[in-house]
Amino acid sequence: MATAATTRHAPTGGKKSRLEVIDCDIHNIIPSNEVLYKYLPERWRRHHQQFGLRGHLGGYYPRALMNAARHDAWPPSGLPAGSDLEFMREQLLDAYDIRYGILNCLYGAGGQLNLEYGAALARAVNDWQIAEWLEPEPRLRASIIVPYEDGDLAADEIDRVGDHPGFVQVLLLVRTNEPLGRPKYRKIYRAALRHNLPVGIHFGGAGAGPITGAGWPSHYIEDHGGMPQAFQAQVISLVCEGVFEQLPSLKVALIEGGFAWMAPLMWRLDRGWRKLSEEIPALRLPPSTTIRKHFWFTTQPMEEPPQPRYFRQLLEQLDADDRMMFATDYPHWDFDSPESAVPSGLSRELRKKIMSENARSLYGLD
Amino acid sequence: MVRESGNEAQKPFWSGRPVIDCDLHNEVPSLEVLKPYLADHWCDYIEESAFRGPDADDYPKGAPTTIRPGLEWEGEVEGQLALMRRQVLDPLQVEFGVLDCAYRVQGVHDPELAAALASAINRWQAEHWLDRDPRLRASIVAPTQNPVLAAREIDRWGADARFVQAVMPVRSLIPYGNRIYDPIYEAAARHDLVVGIQFGGAPGHPPTPSGWLSTYLEEYAAMAQVFQSQVTSLIVEGVFDRFPDLRVALIEAGCTWMPSLMWRLDKEWRGLRRDIPWVKRPPSDYIRRHIRLTLQPVDAPPSGKQLLEVIGQLDSDEMLMFATDHPHWHFDRLEEAFPAGLSDSLARRVLADNARSFYRL
Repeated sequence: MATAATTRHAPTGGKKSRLEVIDCDIHNIIPSNEVLYKYLPERWRRHHQQFGLRGHLGGYYPRALMNAARHDAWPPSGLPAGSDLEFMREQLLDAYDIRYGILNCLYGAGGQLNLEYGAALARAVNDWQIAEWLEPEPRLRASIIVPYEDGDLAADEIDRVGDHPGFVQVLLLVRTNEPLGRPKYRKIYRAALRHNLPVGIHFGGAGAGPITGAGWPSHYIEDHGGMPQAFQAQVISLVCEGVFEQLPSLKVALIEGGFAWMAPLMWRLDRGWRKLSEEIPALRLPPSTTIRKHFWFTTQPMEEPPQPRYFRQLLEQLDADDRMMFATDYPHWDFDSPESAVPSGLSRELRKKIMSENARSLYGLD
Repeated sequence: MVRESGNEAQKPFWSGRPVIDCDLHNEVPSLEVLKPYLADHWCDYIEESAFRGPDADDYPKGAPTTIRPGLEWEGEVEGQLALMRRQVLDPLQVEFGVLDCAYRVQGVHDPELAAALASAINRWQAEHWLDRDPRLRASIVAPTQNPVLAAREIDRWGADARFVQAVMPVRSLIPYGNRIYDPIYEAAARHDLVVGIQFGGAPGHPPTPSGWLSTYLEEYAAMAQVFQSQVTSLIVEGVFDRFPDLRVALIEAGCTWMPSLMWRLDKEWRGLRRDIPWVKRPPSDYIRRHIRLTLQPVDAPPSGKQLLEVIGQLDSDEMLMFATDHPHWHFDRLEEAFPAGLSDSLARRVLADNARSFYRL
């Protein structure tokens, strides 16, 4: 459990025989515009200098800590947390002996109102990821950043870099302009499938209007703690719009969304579907069947029931032993340590699946 | 509604104990029935502008969740009440039934018209429902998009003990924890009323943080998340700290998601409580103390064992209140309207005791 005020993390090197760790959610950030400009063509460099990032403003809640980062994740180099590979090696990859780490860069390319500019930024970020992260560090893999509000531009970018062995996923943010089952996003999924990549949906984003279905809330805790509601809406949309019936090999990873809400959502959807199936005759399978086949989860931030037995009940209800993947969310304040995040009481076999095997199989790692 | 399929014949296993039904729907059949209670000005306005009522479609008229297949919507009060008596009040020997009128004045942008309509509806409820059946209690319909006008309407009915709560649709312009709603909570406190948050609403913006969904099934499923956002807001924006005696009923929200929300919010609070220092206790504590859920739709898992696990995870015997959600259709037989396997004492609480103390019946 992390507390924003006191984020100090260090591996204890405990006696337990260590399981291999694959970290499915690490955030790398571009340290400065100077670095960005190395990868951005002159035309867009000028645009960036003159107009800068322009997204859906009005949805900003100051985060608990600067950049939402752990105090101790700011590197001695003076660079922003998450931007210094050497320090990330030391503090995360080496410290916890991480076999593979998946980078999810949250640069706001997908949220740009100017779609062409968003596409240029995505290309720059992906080229930067290749040059400065994937090539120097063989333990790292990355997600392809795409201008996801435009299916054609996003598909172009996936086709451009999708065969690079370092990219293992296409990354979307959970708060999109429209629900992700809507037809405009279908080209992204087709492109991902062309390159045999899963689609990751990560915490964050903005665009559809208020960040809750009840309007704009007042506090960061509602923004941060409200993210599971956005994830649920996306699961509902992807399933009910028949995306998986149309694209049966598509796999979706829900990243930093929690998972305790999923079993109740499956029950609600199944009950609703039974009564309302005439509305969507194409939807032939109960939603829970589709969900169990197509959705993966990362662990952080994990809901923490007050009783260990509730957690075991939750896992059994969720039925996702093969689809739960460990993540630290480094360098953010709510970091989960590989040594202590997964509650005790799970079998060694299940821990092994969660800590590495499920991610290895989803992302095709060796 | 006139015709019905004969599916309420047998007494369910759980009946024989006192029953309070916390969610019965009385439907305003048309604006015509409200005209006797509206000023001439509004009658002319409605006539001339061809206004047909609020812009909401929470319960599509023919959808199987709205009404059982085999029933036909006719709408007149006599028919509605007769059906309610035949299908619920009489066979279950309901002691009290709480009407939960879902007429969406909150989606009418003109606040004066919204307030006039709300007032008319409440007078209609008093005369056509409450005066006709002593078992019935009702919910005050109020223009909650304008809290000052809403408080005025609540005050109008506060002295009539048959009105036991004020209702607001779960989809709002701004979440209900915001201080702009304080006049509503002050009025509820003045009259010791429950505030009920209902399924539905049409504030004009999307029902999800990611835009508009394509189908009713999606919107129906997604409504649970709007309830989750409202619960979060009520707690972290300090409503229960400003109004320590406030009671909030979540109506037709489903209930199986509640444990997962409690766990998430407690964790959020441990990490971020510095931002909200007025929230002194874990959110789950506020939820157990202030919030209740009506039972239907249960959104039950396929296994009865798992349903009992989830009910256990609430860590409270007080949170669930029995409801049929009549005439909405969530179960095929009355038998299924209540979870099997509850202890006798918990069953009694859920069937009546929790509602009796919450609604002061």
